[in-house]
Amino acid sequence: MITTLARRALTASVLALLSHNAFAQETFKIGIVSFLSGQAAESFGIPAVNGAKVLVDAFNKGQAPAPYNKPGIGGMPIEVIYVDEAGGATKQVQELRNLYERDKVDVVVGYVGSGDCLAVAPVAEELKKFLILYDCGTPRIFEDNTFRYVFRTAAHATMDNVSMARYLKARNIPVKTFNLINQDYAWGQDSRKDFILSMTNLYPDAKAGVDQLPKFGAGQYGTEISALMSQPADLVHSSLWGGDLQAFVLQAGPRGLFKKSQVVLTAGDHVLPGLGEKMPDGTILGARGAYGLMAPPSPLNTWFWDLYSKANNVYPVQAPYRMAQALMGLKLAAEKAMAANKGKKPSTEVLAASLRGSEWMSPGGKIRMALSNGQQAIQDSAIGRTQWDATKKMVVLNDIQRFDAECVNPPLNVKSEDWLKSGFAGAKCDAKPAAAAKAADKKPAK
Amino acid sequence: MNLALTIAIDGVTYASWLFIVALGLTLVFGVLKILNIAHGSFYALGAYVTATLVSLAASWALPPAMSLVAMLLAAVLVAVLVAPLTERGLLRFFYGRDEVLLVLVTYAMFLMMEDLTKLIWGANPFYVSEPYGMFGNIDIGNQTYVGYDFMLVALALVVGLGVWWGLNRTRFGKIVTAVIHSAEVASSMGIQVSRVYMLAFAVGIFLAALGGAFTAPMLSVQPGLSVGVIIISFAVVIIGGLGSIEGAAIGALIVGLARALAVHVWPVAELFSVYLVMALVLMFRPQGLFQRIQARKI
Repeated sequence: MITTLARRALTASVLALLSHNAFAQETFKIGIVSFLSGQAAESFGIPAVNGAKVLVDAFNKGQAPAPYNKPGIGGMPIEVIYVDEAGGATKQVQELRNLYERDKVDVVVGYVGSGDCLAVAPVAEELKKFLILYDCGTPRIFEDNTFRYVFRTAAHATMDNVSMARYLKARNIPVKTFNLINQDYAWGQDSRKDFILSMTNLYPDAKAGVDQLPKFGAGQYGTEISALMSQPADLVHSSLWGGDLQAFVLQAGPRGLFKKSQVVLTAGDHVLPGLGEKMPDGTILGARGAYGLMAPPSPLNTWFWDLYSKANNVYPVQAPYRMAQALMGLKLAAEKAMAANKGKKPSTEVLAASLRGSEWMSPGGKIRMALSNGQQAIQDSAIGRTQWDATKKMVVLNDIQRFDAECVNPPLNVKSEDWLKSGFAGAKCDAKPAAAAKAADKKPAK
Repeated sequence: MNLALTIAIDGVTYASWLFIVALGLTLVFGVLKILNIAHGSFYALGAYVTATLVSLAASWALPPAMSLVAMLLAAVLVAVLVAPLTERGLLRFFYGRDEVLLVLVTYAMFLMMEDLTKLIWGANPFYVSEPYGMFGNIDIGNQTYVGYDFMLVALALVVGLGVWWGLNRTRFGKIVTAVIHSAEVASSMGIQVSRVYMLAFAVGIFLAALGGAFTAPMLSVQPGLSVGVIIISFAVVIIGGLGSIEGAAIGALIVGLARALAVHVWPVAELFSVYLVMALVLMFRPQGLFQRIQARKI
């Protein structure tokens, strides 16, 4: 009898120990998909992953500022699997399935390419798995589909072009003619369309002239630059990014395009640290949000700026900011869901309900899941003007102007194109000139 | 008139860059019968080594003209160090096998070299734009051109004539021609075919690296450089005829001019224009413009 009791007690102890260990070892598994190779790696993919690494490390150590100071996610260590986004949409669909079904991740956060986002979103929805699109810009994802388990924690590209047009108007920059150069795929085509429609609202007399759509990764822009210069316009609009944007600036600068026309780059901030003084002064650019040099001063931004700069020897630009806001939103949503679920890891359904329509503060300002039934974020944006600072040995941004999210994003249940065609109906504008944006004065750790 | 001149200048400057790269591709195919998918990787390697050497020259405060020497040296280094290693260490084991297998082998090389460059130079971009401004600007009509672009045209002419002269007017050229016609017969005449293969491959890789080296000042050197160039180079050599130097020159010119015309007149058809020309040529001359019809050994 005593032996039996002792055996039972021992068994119970072992089980309790095992279950304790099992609980202690439970992790929150995140699959992060971003370009680790190819043309988008240097500008977006790798900076975003670098942002994720420092942030996840800080989360796991419980070193992030409140409300992100709980270790891991609700006490569970975060485990990350990084996947390369290169290889095309078909490969990404397979990789997404692998992450959910083979690697058993709880959440996938990823995708820079608009084409990849359009391809993977329906798959995650079909599998009823949680997916956060952290970067891609095309508005079509949520405007042409309805999702329950797919979220985008950053604003779409319409915001960038509306902000740019509003900036030009607010600064009384005369525009009678404008030329365009955008990449020939979803991102470039949507950006081009959104800018033309925005200009129609704010500069009804301005005429679009040369309209170039070079292929992604073209590299050589001599002919396109000739075309832009043969019919010079007051303004040249471009949503080029990454290596394409760098090559365009390096080739167009010496040919005088930036002097002949006012060049505006809707997504240009990320090339500033690399190009340095090769970026012509006076270029007007955006960051697809109030990021980097244009981020609103806040303790959270300062913390993130320092954390990233120290680890990577360069200051953070738009991609790490967008990754940070995705992970911060996920962490808060998961912890909220766990709190309502006695500390247990939430199901996909519960996690989705927690993130849907939520709000949180990020280094780039407040993120609100306000569109497409709470699946699509809106956020403030900012535009500034470049100037090489020889003392600081970096490009600084002057004349920074921030725009309220509701001024530059369409209202709930209104498609971007319809909103633009309606003349920004329902927009709530309160432009914020940032006279002395603290972040703009900040020198990178490099 | 102005537009026609602009199209002509844009077409020729683009073609000159394309010709240098495509010439190496067509030479390697002509001699070794290898459709080298990794050609773009050697182009990228040339750009990366240039970035390193030009930065080094700048840090040693050498005169700006030395950066041109550094670019040339970069191409030579890639050809001397990497090409023999690749040809002797890998490709020679597949000679005589199906051409499709060699395409797969070079495709694997392309993937490995993409990672190798990232391993050595990382994912951050390199800028070596200083040489781009060395030749000043030239105003023609209502356009301002960078003198460097015209220097590239001159370089392409020198390279093209040099390779033509080397193949048609030198003893080594005659040996190479003999190997192209029949490696078997050339071998029985005492020619070291393997040596010819290695040298021809090194020259082809030198041209790819030279293209990368002289393009480096015009863009940011970063991962992904190798992809775009290989596709358009294939279009050039298919139009011109695989293995033909004259074909590479005319093919590059046709592609350059077709593209320039499309960009100026009908921008949305830019990419389409190149492949439309290619399709038209293949419809009437499936072997390309300059490839002679060859007897097949049975």
